[in-house]
Amino acid sequence: MMKELLLLALGSALVSNVVLSQFYGLCPFLGVSKQLKTASGMGLAVIFVITLASLVSSVIYTYLLDRLGIGYLKTIVFILVIAALVQFVEMFLKKKVPALYASLGVFLPLITTNCAVLGTALTNVQREYNVLFAVVNGFATAAGFALSICILAGIREKTAHNDIPKAFQGMPITLVTAGLMAIAFCGFSGLL
Amino acid sequence: MDFSAILTAVLVIGVLGLIIGLFLGTAALKLKVETDPKEEAVLAALPGNNCGGCGYAGCSNLAAAIAKGEAPVNGCPVGGEAVGKKVAEIMGVEAGTSTRMVAYVKCNGDCDKAETDYEYSGLEDCRMAVIAPGKGPKKCSYGCLGYGSCVKECPFDAISVVKGIAYVNKEKCKACGKCVAVCPNHLIELIPYEAEKVVACASHDKGPVVMKACKGGCIGCGLCNKTCEHDAVHVENFLAKIDYEKCTGCGACQEKCPKKCIFNH
Repeated sequence: MMKELLLLALGSALVSNVVLSQFYGLCPFLGVSKQLKTASGMGLAVIFVITLASLVSSVIYTYLLDRLGIGYLKTIVFILVIAALVQFVEMFLKKKVPALYASLGVFLPLITTNCAVLGTALTNVQREYNVLFAVVNGFATAAGFALSICILAGIREKTAHNDIPKAFQGMPITLVTAGLMAIAFCGFSGLL
Repeated sequence: MDFSAILTAVLVIGVLGLIIGLFLGTAALKLKVETDPKEEAVLAALPGNNCGGCGYAGCSNLAAAIAKGEAPVNGCPVGGEAVGKKVAEIMGVEAGTSTRMVAYVKCNGDCDKAETDYEYSGLEDCRMAVIAPGKGPKKCSYGCLGYGSCVKECPFDAISVVKGIAYVNKEKCKACGKCVAVCPNHLIELIPYEAEKVVACASHDKGPVVMKACKGGCIGCGLCNKTCEHDAVHVENFLAKIDYEKCTGCGACQEKCPKKCIFNH
């Protein structure tokens, strides 16, 4: 059991990295990776939201949708539930943990309907994970996202002042960087 | 046609939506954070550039600090006096006069005046050039490198590089402080808009060293100090510094200065 969970976590975080091999969540990956500080904030927020969303969506699917035989409505229900969840978490944090709210800041509402969040919730269902596995998978996937966005931000910080040909400045060189990172992450595929 | 399936689907989604709605509604009431109406009013009065020139993370943070009384009502350097007055009205206090500040590059060692040690062909960025031997190609290790990192950083298009030196257009400058932060030689300073005379040098080197490096550098001879009748110029660590509050702009020091490194602002 422990071994399976560990393998699952490793697989989700590194081998089939959510951004670099599944191409989910590219928008924040490219958008907020200019500075390491904001990137790590985004990474934390994503870990937070995906783990929670995995838990809630898995519970709702197993105990409500599946029981009633309306599993085909999962996409709509998940969107609804995740959006509401993030709203609630935001309110809760603002009231009870203002420090965390301040550090996560704008990232929380930004990732409400991010495809990585919804994608992970749907993957959990597709692979028929139980609640525990879903939560572990969610956490590991998000950790993989945080890892890759931090790496990209680090590279972008180092290369920000490089003499890049005009046509490649900005997004193009970032995408090339991300592509090279994806190739590097292919190296993990032999891990499991 | 199985109507019960449709019915369950509609019911489940509907009820779920209703529950979530009610839940969020009550949560919003229960977890409501009292935001000061003043804070919102202050935020509306601020420029909203989110430049961070005030030292807070953005306009909303400054607004919160002003509403709490932690920041002065004229805390926004970009909005200046006009915004300060508006905010003061909202907060119900006297604005106090805020002096408008502008950035100033303390160097006049342009291509003609400053000597170079070698030809630099690296990246066109001061932050990179400063890593090169001798803190860049110029003989003077204090001066403006002229690769325009501040130009790129300025959100108001107020800085330009002329003959290898950065100049700030003081009309356009909003004193946000971004250039001050980016300059690797810490050469840019915020000085009063009203300042009459400025010392266009930042070199703390001794006279002979400065002489060799730059025709326009301050050698710390102290003539300005002796000439000034208003006790406004002082030489500290081989560099003249003008006290803008005492300076009357008479120009006596400017005339006496053997290296002509005191300029009209």
